[in-house]
Amino acid sequence: MDVTVTPLPGLGTQQDFTTRSGHRIGVITYRDGRFELIVSDHEDPDKVAASVDLTTTETSALANLLGAPQLVAQLTEQQREVAGITTWQLPVAPNSPYDGRALGETEMRTRTSASIVAVVRGGTVHPSPRPDFHFVASDLVVVVGTIDGLRAASEILEKG
Amino acid sequence: MHDTAISLIELGAVFFGLGILGRLAWKIGVSPIPLYLLGGLAFGTGGLIPLHGIQPFTHIASELGVVLLLLLLGLEYSAGELVTGLRRSWLAGLIDIVLNAVPGALVALLLGWGPIGAFTMAGVTYISSSGIVAKVLGDLGRLGNRETPVILSILVFEDLAMAVYLPILTAVLAGVSFLGGLTAVGVSLVVITLVLVIALRFGKYVSALVDSPDQEVFLLRLLGAALLVAGIASELQVSAAVGSFLLGIAISGSTAVNASRMLEPLRDLFAALFFVVFGLNTDPSQIPPVLPVALLLAVATCATKVLTGWLAARMQGVGRMGQLRAGAALVARGEFSIVIAGLALASGAVTGELAALATAYVLLMAVVGPVAARVVEPVARMFLKRLSSKA
Repeated sequence: MDVTVTPLPGLGTQQDFTTRSGHRIGVITYRDGRFELIVSDHEDPDKVAASVDLTTTETSALANLLGAPQLVAQLTEQQREVAGITTWQLPVAPNSPYDGRALGETEMRTRTSASIVAVVRGGTVHPSPRPDFHFVASDLVVVVGTIDGLRAASEILEKG
Repeated sequence: MHDTAISLIELGAVFFGLGILGRLAWKIGVSPIPLYLLGGLAFGTGGLIPLHGIQPFTHIASELGVVLLLLLLGLEYSAGELVTGLRRSWLAGLIDIVLNAVPGALVALLLGWGPIGAFTMAGVTYISSSGIVAKVLGDLGRLGNRETPVILSILVFEDLAMAVYLPILTAVLAGVSFLGGLTAVGVSLVVITLVLVIALRFGKYVSALVDSPDQEVFLLRLLGAALLVAGIASELQVSAAVGSFLLGIAISGSTAVNASRMLEPLRDLFAALFFVVFGLNTDPSQIPPVLPVALLLAVATCATKVLTGWLAARMQGVGRMGQLRAGAALVARGEFSIVIAGLALASGAVTGELAALATAYVLLMAVVGPVAARVVEPVARMFLKRLSSKA
């Protein structure tokens, strides 16, 4: 994948790339520090269909949201050597019994031998959460284990 | 005392009127420049209500307007951007010069205004209004489009071309000999190169010279430096405008960002006066006779600018619709055309008709430009649909 860097004289810099689906996605970094997310029109990739102004905090929130799958991919990559071990990201649904309860209460490790290695919440990654970490609905829980263990873990997060 | 009171009232009325016109312009989505020109026409020689007693102020204020206009333009670019922009767009830039300077020069020659008039009109029709174009691109949310870097680098090329053109124009208008003209060109080229080198290598020090954490001190140093450089440049016949443009380029980094933020309202104020003064000095009764020529020139140079943008975007691999958008975006002419005509008029080397033609031309192009940029796509789509339904 090629990221194209284009200077916009007097304004800043534009960095973009073309996705497999034919969209051009990019970020304009203005000289005064503003960011703008741009997504091209599908029929006319030269034209911007949507552009969104982002503050620095919003930019890092978005980066983290997009970074979560990358974290999972990284973990998967690390465990490829170990046969039978995979990484899943499991959502804490709004009606999950663990909404509002501590990580320790799931007894995940004892019951499934799978480990919770990270929790993604509101765009921020919390790595290696401790047993007293409290889940809330719509958290994404990153779990490492065997396929059976992960199925069981998913069951636990859904039904208790 | 009485005179002062009248001057104050007149000046107040002018500013207030401009405020109303400016608001109206943005509301209907066009540049305020044509309205300022119309305002000037209405209050000038042969206008509805001729104003007296504010000339000394408006004269120097409009000079200040040009200096600030160019200083801010220079502040927008860093020397590095200019150099890379030049490398990327020189071919498109040359096409731009040939296609758009020729119509103006031809018309001037046909009207019998001689080589000086032709050289002046060539500048008037050549240069797009970077102010209007940048504003329109931002308003239409096209900054992320693929053709936008092409448009911006053409604008950079044009601005640099002005840094060479204006000193030559000043020399030509002053009626210097061929040798004198060559000297002026040589001097300006050397000065521009020198400034670019200084800005690339020592921009930090130039910035440090004017920079200050104290707003008041900063503003005073900045304005002081700009006026000093402009004055010296105009004494060397390099034109005050170019001097301040080069100073703007030499100031870089956060100093440049702060400086533009601080000077922007001042520029808007004085530049507005500059357009009014130009309108004041133009006799409105001279406009109707040149109107047909202005219309013809407007149509021709709309076409040549669209062609310029089309070719430039095509060279960068932009699609068909983007090529058209690039062309239409470049159509607007504005502040620079008036700066050029203003210089020519002030020197007395050209006829008043030229000022009238330039005014009428800019009135048309400053209005047509933003409209063209907006409607090019729907119109092109309609055209394509009709074409395909016929086939």
